[in-house]
Amino acid sequence: MSVHKPLPHDAAPLHVTGTARYVDDIPTPSGTLHLVFGLSEVAAGSIDAMDLEAVRAAEGVVAVLTGEDIGHVDCSPSNHDEPLLALGEVHYVGQPVFLVIAKTHLAARKAARLGKITYSERPALLSIEDALAADSRFEEGPRIWARGDAGAAISGAAHQIEGRIEMGGQEHFYLEGQAALVTPQECGDMHVVSSTQHPTEIQHKVAEALGVPMHAVRVETRRMGGGFGGKESQGNHLAIACALAARLTGKSCKMRYDRDDDMVITGKRHDFRVDYRVGFDAEGRVEGIEFTHYTRCGWAMDLSLPVADRAMLHADNAYFLPDVRIESHRLRTNMCSATAYRGFGGPQGMLGIERVMDHIAHTLGREALEVRKVNYYRAKAAQPSGAGTAKRFGGAHSPAAPADDGPQTTPYGQVVEDFILHEMTERLEATSDYAARRAAVDAWNAQNPILKKGLALTPVKFGISFTLTHLNQAGALVHVYQDGSVHLNHGGTEMGQGLFQKVAQVAASVFGLDPVMVKITATDTAKVPNTSATAASSGSDLNGMAVQAACVTIRDRIAALLAETHQADPKDVEFKDGRVIVGDDEFSFAEAANLAYMARVSLSSTGFYATPKVAWDRLKGDGNPFFYFAYGASVSEVVIDTLTGENRILRADILHDVGSSLNPALDIGQIEGGYVQGAGWLTTEELVWDDKGRLRTHAPSTYKIPACGDRPRIFNVELFDRANPEDTIHRSKAVGEPPFMHGNSVLMALSDAVQACGDGSLYADLNAPATAECILMAVNRQRGVDV
Amino acid sequence: MSTLSFVLNGTAVEVADQPPTRTLLDWLREDRGLHGTKEGCNEGDCGACTVMVSDKRGTRAVNACILFLPQLHGKSVHTVEGLRAPDGALHPVQEEMITHHGSQCGFCTPGFIVSMATGHLNGVSDHDTHLAGNLCRCTGYAPIIRAAEATAAKPVPDWLISGTSRDFILPEILNSPDLALPRSSDELAAWYDANPDGLLIAGATDVGLWVTKQLRDLGPVAFVTGAVDLQEITVTEDSIRIGAAATLAEIMPAIAPYHPDFAEMIRRYGSAQVRAAATLGGNVANGSPIGDGPPALIALNATLNLRKGDARREMPIEEFFIDYGKQDREKGEFVEFITIPRQTDRLKCFKISKRFDQDISAVCGCFNIIVEDGVVTEARIAFGGMAGTPKRASAVEAALTGQPWTQDTVAAALPAFAQDYTPLSDMRASAAYRLTIAQNLLVRYILEDQGFDTRVLEVEA
Repeated sequence: MSVHKPLPHDAAPLHVTGTARYVDDIPTPSGTLHLVFGLSEVAAGSIDAMDLEAVRAAEGVVAVLTGEDIGHVDCSPSNHDEPLLALGEVHYVGQPVFLVIAKTHLAARKAARLGKITYSERPALLSIEDALAADSRFEEGPRIWARGDAGAAISGAAHQIEGRIEMGGQEHFYLEGQAALVTPQECGDMHVVSSTQHPTEIQHKVAEALGVPMHAVRVETRRMGGGFGGKESQGNHLAIACALAARLTGKSCKMRYDRDDDMVITGKRHDFRVDYRVGFDAEGRVEGIEFTHYTRCGWAMDLSLPVADRAMLHADNAYFLPDVRIESHRLRTNMCSATAYRGFGGPQGMLGIERVMDHIAHTLGREALEVRKVNYYRAKAAQPSGAGTAKRFGGAHSPAAPADDGPQTTPYGQVVEDFILHEMTERLEATSDYAARRAAVDAWNAQNPILKKGLALTPVKFGISFTLTHLNQAGALVHVYQDGSVHLNHGGTEMGQGLFQKVAQVAASVFGLDPVMVKITATDTAKVPNTSATAASSGSDLNGMAVQAACVTIRDRIAALLAETHQADPKDVEFKDGRVIVGDDEFSFAEAANLAYMARVSLSSTGFYATPKVAWDRLKGDGNPFFYFAYGASVSEVVIDTLTGENRILRADILHDVGSSLNPALDIGQIEGGYVQGAGWLTTEELVWDDKGRLRTHAPSTYKIPACGDRPRIFNVELFDRANPEDTIHRSKAVGEPPFMHGNSVLMALSDAVQACGDGSLYADLNAPATAECILMAVNRQRGVDV
Repeated sequence: MSTLSFVLNGTAVEVADQPPTRTLLDWLREDRGLHGTKEGCNEGDCGACTVMVSDKRGTRAVNACILFLPQLHGKSVHTVEGLRAPDGALHPVQEEMITHHGSQCGFCTPGFIVSMATGHLNGVSDHDTHLAGNLCRCTGYAPIIRAAEATAAKPVPDWLISGTSRDFILPEILNSPDLALPRSSDELAAWYDANPDGLLIAGATDVGLWVTKQLRDLGPVAFVTGAVDLQEITVTEDSIRIGAAATLAEIMPAIAPYHPDFAEMIRRYGSAQVRAAATLGGNVANGSPIGDGPPALIALNATLNLRKGDARREMPIEEFFIDYGKQDREKGEFVEFITIPRQTDRLKCFKISKRFDQDISAVCGCFNIIVEDGVVTEARIAFGGMAGTPKRASAVEAALTGQPWTQDTVAAALPAFAQDYTPLSDMRASAAYRLTIAQNLLVRYILEDQGFDTRVLEVEA
């Protein structure tokens, strides 16, 4: 079987030779035009006048469009509230106001700078306070989910604390910026090539913009140069603009954002403020907890509601919260519209409870890991079976009945049936030598006045499924040609995660072939319709199943034919090692395929999959939004300089649950990359807006994602090899998002190091990103130094 | 414009009728159809456009997005497409990157491949430093480093050696009013005297952004790095003289024996790609308040040697920086050399930035405090990022000079920083943080003198 093998990424040979093709690398027809947006320079106001004469007169300019020219051409994935070009009002600095169509990319960029726009500015709503004061939000009020009486439980507990953590947003910094290329076809149809995680959404929005049926628009995506959620909805604008321009000019039109434009125009991870109040017992066990989430969603709704929902859905992380109340404010502000980003609100919700655990541990003077463990969900009690394993309870000499036997439920009522973090934590503590290193760090700190180390272990429990239940479906299209070669297509997109290779391994396994026999093709809305975004870590779960179904259909047809001709049972026809074996006879797969062809048996099939068991009420926060949970835990060790706040990650140890891995090499790649990206979010990646709402960190010169030297020097990653108890594709688990949250252990380790600078009376109270500046200020608070 | 000649992936090419500020990246992608070299940021910060450039000074990785075509005149360029053998065999770096799963989305990969192949060719073993200018958002870098380590044991392929060490075309001298490629300081002086409104370009690591980001037309330009005498670094008994066109990459090893902390600061200056192009002369002449070179040079009491035509003058380097954006330089005058007096090494350079590698300093503090018999006899302290220019901490120096070299003296001197500097808040740091760490860096200086461990880079798990 080709599944479970650590095969390299299917495109690796193309990547390393520079022959992997991205949107901007595709040869274009002569006369292709290039598009650039002119952008709003103010955060809120109305446009008084636009003088675009110089733009129109600039060298190479073919046409200039404004909102007045095109009306409300909508780009929103959710709410019909994002006109492609501003319609009299502007809502953030960087909002597209006019569109330049020119003969070259450079000419378009130069011309776009020549627009002169005068505005009547209004006070911009930038901060959480601004938005709350104006009651500027995306729903009628805060979303509130509750179980039990959290207030009473907190009051009744032996200890109470309250606090706040602020966490910044995050720029995706996909290395390939947003890009689209549209070529007009006959009958006004459009062929769109887009760097998108969501080809169907591009198709839908382009068709809507052109006023044509979806069948008139075909979208192809071979690969993206990184996505991370940033290409779930943010590519709409480019594809729509190109389609409009292509219709206007009859030429192919291409648009790619310059990096600065990309960072100014497009949405980012939602920043969050999480306020908490918690009551707990002497061991740190939470009895009641209240969270209030505030998030700045920016000017348009985009995907903010499900992002904020997912933050609420992960407010528990791995911990049982008996009485709980979560209140969530989705605030409309005059900034770029925050969007999907790996974890989709999960990291923000999860960091809130990790902060609470850290704060409780500090309050009680207990080791934070012990506090985490007493709050873990109960493991499912072992279900011994077989002769002699039954226990009798209730008799005089019987063991005490495990009163707490049975699984617990999340705040939203989903039973946590498969909680494996006790076992995983125990293993990680052993493999990372946690206890000894805890003692060593404390001893080291006692000897070092200037530098301080910190250590932390944090768990991850991440819910797998789209919370918008209908998205949990996928389709596939598989052809077997008469020479036995296989053509594979499905609705998922490749952004580097290795989805295509994993799915090819699934397909090859069905046919007993080597994966090199399976041709991976570009995602194409003309082959598989109505696809969901490749998001929510669902790519291989959904598309793997759909592809398997398609392949099984074809395989069974071949098997039925051979069974018939050989008087055998179809079940006994074997497909392995490139051979098809029936009774004493044996064919190459190519021969078998050709026999099927000659017998007029269809060698093409679609496949379809819909995730079972998911159903919930998002307004009440009640039900089963997730098919299953993915788990993991990480240990980070850091050092800080108490004179400057400079810091390093010295070592990371990660144990992660991917079920039975479809491809361990690709999965480890997701885990390593996720950790570093998560650590970046919480350390150096700082988004700075000024008081005019201008983003000051709009290029890699000012926005600092981790560089090579920022990864932990010692970096151990292990897969927790255990099959998914749910019936997923080859019993694997989703892997895209969950490892991102291993970065939480970095912030908690930094908190531990800061804590080592004081006498223990004051909590570190570290916000994120914990830049060197943020850490130094926290150290100074510990030391009573007034800055 | 005259015709430029260089070797591209082993084949000689001639390029005519191109504006002098056409970038190599745009030319490769738009004119040559070589799409392997990627545009990630168009400002020299992500490394996706990295190409390999060879000439008689060696082989180095540079960013094609801020490399103007005339800078290639007479050199050899390899793009990712040119690393494979003529028969298509992969370069060992390419093989190991596949084996070690070093690519995910693949967009940064060609840049990594070229950087790694260059490092491999040059025997580089400090991969973190060498690859600091290549950003990857997917992998977390670990598999890339494994690939780099695995490649180290393999020989440099023959085809690449012959491709980089070939006899370079002896370029025709290109000098016109609009574009000059002077081969000596005399030629440069003559051109600049005749074209005093022209612009001098050294590595183009800053000027490149004027073109790619500000979309400016630069007018007449001269590329100075071909001026052979300006490339020289000369060490005598009295001084270390650094030619204005010496690159940071060349200065780093040259200065290391005398002022190792200066070299360590240069190691974190930009990235390998930037250091291979950027010059100290450009860093000084530019007058940026956040340039890392000037604070160190001021602390070392360096002299700036300027030239206009045949007239030369010199000044203490700190006097060159008059105000924000304003330097003591006449039209047609250029930096010829920088001279550092030989001295006992007491220099410490502290570069504080949001990210350790390849980041512009929030604050760069350089300290040179001479102590004799326990008493401070001379203190030269200079900072970048604390004022509109690189600036000495005169009040702090005065508070230290003549005092016993003790923590008490340092503590007493700290308030003087507020007299010397009124820093700004920006996206890199707040004013309060800048002032606080400026003070703390003086504390760090004396603590290091007293043997305390203060550098996080030296700590292990």
